[in-house]
Amino acid sequence: MAIRHFIAPFQASGDAAPASPSRRQFMGASAGLMVGFWLLPEDLLAADASPAYHPNAFVVIGADNRITLIIPKVEMGQGIYTAIPMLIAEELEVDLAKVVLEHAPPDAKVYGIPFGDQFTGGSTSIRTLWEPMRQSGAAARMVLVQAAAQRWGVPAESCHAEQGTVVHAASGRKLSYGELVEDAAKLPLPTKIPLKPASEFKLIGKPVKRLDAKGKVDGTARYGMDTILPGMLYASVVSCPVFGGKVKSVDDSKARALRGVKQVVKIDNAVAVLAENTWYARQGVAALEIAWDEGPNAHFSTADMRKLMVAALDKPGVVARNDGDALGQIAKDGKAVQRHYVNPMLAHATMEGMNCTVHVKDGTAEIWTGTQVPARAQAAAAKVLGLPQDKVTIHGHLLGGGFGRRLEVDYVEQAAAIAKQVQGPVKVVWTREEDIRHDIFRGYYAHTVTATVDDKGYPVALSHKYSGPSIIARWAPGFLKDGVLDTDAADGSMNCLYGIPHFRSEYVREEGPVMTGFWRGVGPTRNVLVLETFIDELAARAHKDPLEYRLAMLDKQPRAQHVLRRAAQLAGWGAAMPAGTGRGIALMPAWDTFVAQVVDLKVSAEGEVTVQRVVCVVDCGMVVNPNTVAAQMESGIIYGLTAVRYGNITLKDGRVEQSNFHDYPMLRMNESPKIEVEIVKSSEYPGGIGEPATAAIGPAVVNAIYAATGKRLYELPATPELLKEAKVA
Amino acid sequence: MIKLNINGKVMQFDLAPDVPLLWALRDVAHMTGTKFGCGMALCGACTVHVNGEATRSCVLPISAVVGKKITTIEGVGATPLGRATQQAWLDAEVAQCGYCQSGQIMSAVSLLSKNHHPSDADIDNAMSGNVCRCGSYPRIRVAIKQVAMTLPAKKPARKGA
Repeated sequence: MAIRHFIAPFQASGDAAPASPSRRQFMGASAGLMVGFWLLPEDLLAADASPAYHPNAFVVIGADNRITLIIPKVEMGQGIYTAIPMLIAEELEVDLAKVVLEHAPPDAKVYGIPFGDQFTGGSTSIRTLWEPMRQSGAAARMVLVQAAAQRWGVPAESCHAEQGTVVHAASGRKLSYGELVEDAAKLPLPTKIPLKPASEFKLIGKPVKRLDAKGKVDGTARYGMDTILPGMLYASVVSCPVFGGKVKSVDDSKARALRGVKQVVKIDNAVAVLAENTWYARQGVAALEIAWDEGPNAHFSTADMRKLMVAALDKPGVVARNDGDALGQIAKDGKAVQRHYVNPMLAHATMEGMNCTVHVKDGTAEIWTGTQVPARAQAAAAKVLGLPQDKVTIHGHLLGGGFGRRLEVDYVEQAAAIAKQVQGPVKVVWTREEDIRHDIFRGYYAHTVTATVDDKGYPVALSHKYSGPSIIARWAPGFLKDGVLDTDAADGSMNCLYGIPHFRSEYVREEGPVMTGFWRGVGPTRNVLVLETFIDELAARAHKDPLEYRLAMLDKQPRAQHVLRRAAQLAGWGAAMPAGTGRGIALMPAWDTFVAQVVDLKVSAEGEVTVQRVVCVVDCGMVVNPNTVAAQMESGIIYGLTAVRYGNITLKDGRVEQSNFHDYPMLRMNESPKIEVEIVKSSEYPGGIGEPATAAIGPAVVNAIYAATGKRLYELPATPELLKEAKVA
Repeated sequence: MIKLNINGKVMQFDLAPDVPLLWALRDVAHMTGTKFGCGMALCGACTVHVNGEATRSCVLPISAVVGKKITTIEGVGATPLGRATQQAWLDAEVAQCGYCQSGQIMSAVSLLSKNHHPSDADIDNAMSGNVCRCGSYPRIRVAIKQVAMTLPAKKPARKGA
């Protein structure tokens, strides 16, 4: 969603407003986001015994010239451990190759800017930190320049910083930052922090190699999964296969007799076997005899979920947008086009499955894990352990994939509940089966779209109504717009760009019995899919070219027009396609970013879809690192393609039917299409890049399938079975 | 005691013979570069070389690799081909989250050691057992081709170099 949707409700609501900092702070002076930033947390300050200058929570300059950057966002592949250092270094004037990166500790007040909630997600990192990170570098540089100028007895304006030094060009004098740290620490921080104009950027906008790459090619990168502690036991768990079920009883006698098994721990809804190594622990779990209390969901199935969500469409919802009188126009018309869609449940399937290591000792706890929400993880563990939050230490790690899965803390809570019963450290590693079956899934959603068209076939009125679970209502109720609207669930619908005089977007919250969460691309993966395939269908009904049809409704949207035109041009739009192949186009306008994709694919006689080529044009405003943007487009496309081709978590008897990569398949090298990415040069405010490509690929594929076969899909994944059933439109 | 030759060193393991090599490496030898992904040889995150052949260590009992040469991501950089492959990975900016990349590199080195100039189809065949959720496949292809460009046309004389 647009960043204003994220920030506005937070500023408006009282108790959810960013907590005021307890320590000395200063405010960014530039226009745009007014974001406070804070001094280094006291525990980090205390831990650093060497003489150093700590201008703020993100920069530490050692007397030894060591530059440490403390990164307030977590690295899960999206490249933020390169982009944030680029932003800081741009103003701090230091060599990126020499900076040392540290994971920020859990501290939502300091590192949760601007939300007061320390999370990495929602494609928000650059959008929210674009100014604060540059300000943090600039403020430090200004003080160092001031310190040097004072020592030399010259005006600060006559000095400048370069490559970690302050230079007085007129006299040729030079001091390294390290030589200035003691003087700098005595000086006040500036209250006005001017930032470089874009024309002077040395780093921003230039391709920079990832700073985290080396450890990822030689096996030295450390993920939560790689935690090893002296005396640590390895735990494998099995949770009640039915949602909401509990452990009734467990016979662990066979498990305890096995080699290497040390302990069996029962918690409310799961049993863990602790052993000398992961394998022994798994053998132990396999030997458990558990009776489950399956609870009220023991007969729930995907068919029930579908009925529930479709029925919810008859209930009144929250109107996210209402231009004109769409319902009145549709009622008056009598020949309205109406289509029904469903979106399946999806698992995240991060390559690093869920894991968490916990050591509870003497009224404290230490936790080693990868999380998108360090402060929430700390709070959640503290609650489970009955400890004050400040007695729980979180050791951050690189994440072996996030995609929204690690915005949840269920696996941390579970590991804490187990560790509470254990002497010494315990590493809980889920099997892939546990990871798939006990994911916090993308929810099931149903949609109805109804439109009336004018005599040329363009929509006069369009109503999009959709039902499904609200993640925001559970995860961050303070983010609900006006206290009621989940703008995340409505994203991609309420911000539809097409000029349609009467437009209505309405969301009905229906939870169902399964816990659901953020999944890369969130609302737009569903809403953009539905609207972009519906618009494509209207174009076909009007016998108009899908590109021209869209452009005609975007006369007030130059950025959207440009990405569409450019993608079409690069793809060779309009050229005849061989039989059995098709070309489809889609526009994705969310996260303050515009993406257009053109897909070429082949559909075999058996209904097998092979995506051959994807052209992707992205306008995400000003670009920090073009390498990252291109990589995120490729990544988002392949992540989305996996869902389009295969993604479908189904339920039977209250259980997830899938378990591992054989029955929940992932796109592989041989199925990976040729991808061409073009980044639009722009001076607009930066948009998000982690999710847009995922949300764009679905409709581009569905539209290309239509072009190839004349068949229109109203649900996914695009399986051969579904394609056989689909009618020629 | 089971003795294994890992990256040229003999290591002893006091483990049951059916323990998969993956867990012996990770939990006992504390060599965590080899990753756990699925436990069913479906994703390739655990790929190591056994006598030069890319092998999924999550389903490979340690008893089956006694007397064989095991190479892991920690050791693959000791050969010129391994080093060149790691460098190509850096040059092509392959890694995103990076979790699967140990396995990807091990599969790629095994392919390149037997086939100096793999075609796209050869790359598909050799690499489709390795899942990447970050979608690094196009860059893996580029990186493999970059290494191939530096290799002599003929197959290496010795197998499993």
